[in-house]
Amino acid sequence: MNNIRIESRPSLQIEDLSFSYKGKKALDNLNFSVNPKECTILLGPNGAGKSTLFSLITRLYDSHLGKVNLCGFDVKVQTRQALSRLGVVFQQTTLDLDLTVMQNLRYHTALHGMSRQQSNLRIQEELERLSMYDRRSEKVRQLNGGHKRRVEIARALLHKPALLLLDEPTVGLDVPSRQSIVKHVHQLVNEHGLSVLWATHLIDEIYPNDQLIVLHKGQIKFQGSIEGVLKNTNTLTINDAFRVLTQGVAV
Amino acid sequence: MNILHYWRAMWGIIGRELWRFVKQRERFISALVRPLVWLFIFAAGFRATLGLAITPPYETYILYEVYITPGLMGMIQLFNGMQSSLSMVYDREMGSMRILMVCPLPRWFLLVSKLIAGVAVSILQVYVFLLIAWFYDIEAPWQGYFYVFPALILAGAMLGALGLLLSSFIKQLENFAGVMNFVIFPMFFMSTALYPLWKMKESSEWLHHLAFFNPFSQAVELIRFSFYGQFNSFSFFYTLIAFFVFMLIAVLGYNPSKGMMMKKGGR
Repeated sequence: MNNIRIESRPSLQIEDLSFSYKGKKALDNLNFSVNPKECTILLGPNGAGKSTLFSLITRLYDSHLGKVNLCGFDVKVQTRQALSRLGVVFQQTTLDLDLTVMQNLRYHTALHGMSRQQSNLRIQEELERLSMYDRRSEKVRQLNGGHKRRVEIARALLHKPALLLLDEPTVGLDVPSRQSIVKHVHQLVNEHGLSVLWATHLIDEIYPNDQLIVLHKGQIKFQGSIEGVLKNTNTLTINDAFRVLTQGVAV
Repeated sequence: MNILHYWRAMWGIIGRELWRFVKQRERFISALVRPLVWLFIFAAGFRATLGLAITPPYETYILYEVYITPGLMGMIQLFNGMQSSLSMVYDREMGSMRILMVCPLPRWFLLVSKLIAGVAVSILQVYVFLLIAWFYDIEAPWQGYFYVFPALILAGAMLGALGLLLSSFIKQLENFAGVMNFVIFPMFFMSTALYPLWKMKESSEWLHHLAFFNPFSQAVELIRFSFYGQFNSFSFFYTLIAFFVFMLIAVLGYNPSKGMMMKKGGR
């Protein structure tokens, strides 16, 4: 994965994005961007609008209000160019449990139009990085939750996307599995120049250099560095800052 | 976006469906058992009560089992189309549909690929059924086994498109039982699969009209005529048009700005 497409323009740019379900606003005028080589943590309690935002970025939903640009391509207009630069790990497992790891990954490379030779090479690279190559012939059903997640992360990277979206990928995992996934993703950002947008409500998944967006009831309450959020809320920990921003509690 | 990308993606989708089908032996067996029960039990019992006149494409008096065979071929395809639709709803609930929907290819193409995969599976089932029927002395002229192939493609595509259409509007798996009651059974029983149109006319003019305009009837007639080496142009065009209409609505249903997402109230 030495040649991930590194571009100077933002990997993701959201402009004036709003979305409503049955008249109720789920997202309210969002504006933010994720730059290359940046890990942005989208922090928000359940129901903040994180999954809705991800559905709009991946064009599972469409919004009439606002714009989503992936590497300069409008998701609504230049959908295919935009989606080819995107890797996604959804909150729910999206692997086919009755197929082997290899079959699942080959399905993905086929959808991205990769040749057999190219896909074998990429699958080996990504699985080896996650120490999963030896298990490639096992059925996904036989893997534990942490290993399934690893396969999904490997899969999302096979076509060398510029931006990786992770929608609460560590939910339901034990602590060592969680830590290993968090570490792996940060390595990808630091060593391979990937951009990441990581939705979570788990504060211990944040690294000091990460960018932070706090989403609450469909609105951005803060965006900037960790240092910035502490200063802004006059708190000492992200936990406290998060409480101030989402519950209005003074600490 | 080159042609090779489309080609590989299509084979990826078809390969996955075929693999799943081969692996799910229960599904294969139940897909075969259903028409065989109709053939061996229902048809055998029913033949005494139903007298069949000579109607095209048949040139002599035929046994009821012979009459019902094309209908059962259609039935296999009807159930297969609904099964694909059920698996689409299941995939959507389980999330694996998302992987398909976020890949950089147009949605219509992804849906058409899914459809081709489903049709391939259904044709495989039909030929295995015909082989068993052949041992039961239900035979058509040997050319019929070739002529029926394109008819099965079109009939399978039309019924598969209907399945896709339904899957785009069914929100949850639980609602699928309704499809059985309101789509599959009426379509099957209100068709020429089990009894000829003229026979229905004897009992009810209305039923006759409904059966005549039922796209499943026309698909069955297309299969029936081609199985005996004849081309029924009305059935062909009727099935073709039904295919395009169903497919168009299905593609619109899966369009994020027009279809089910908007139905859910998103804006």
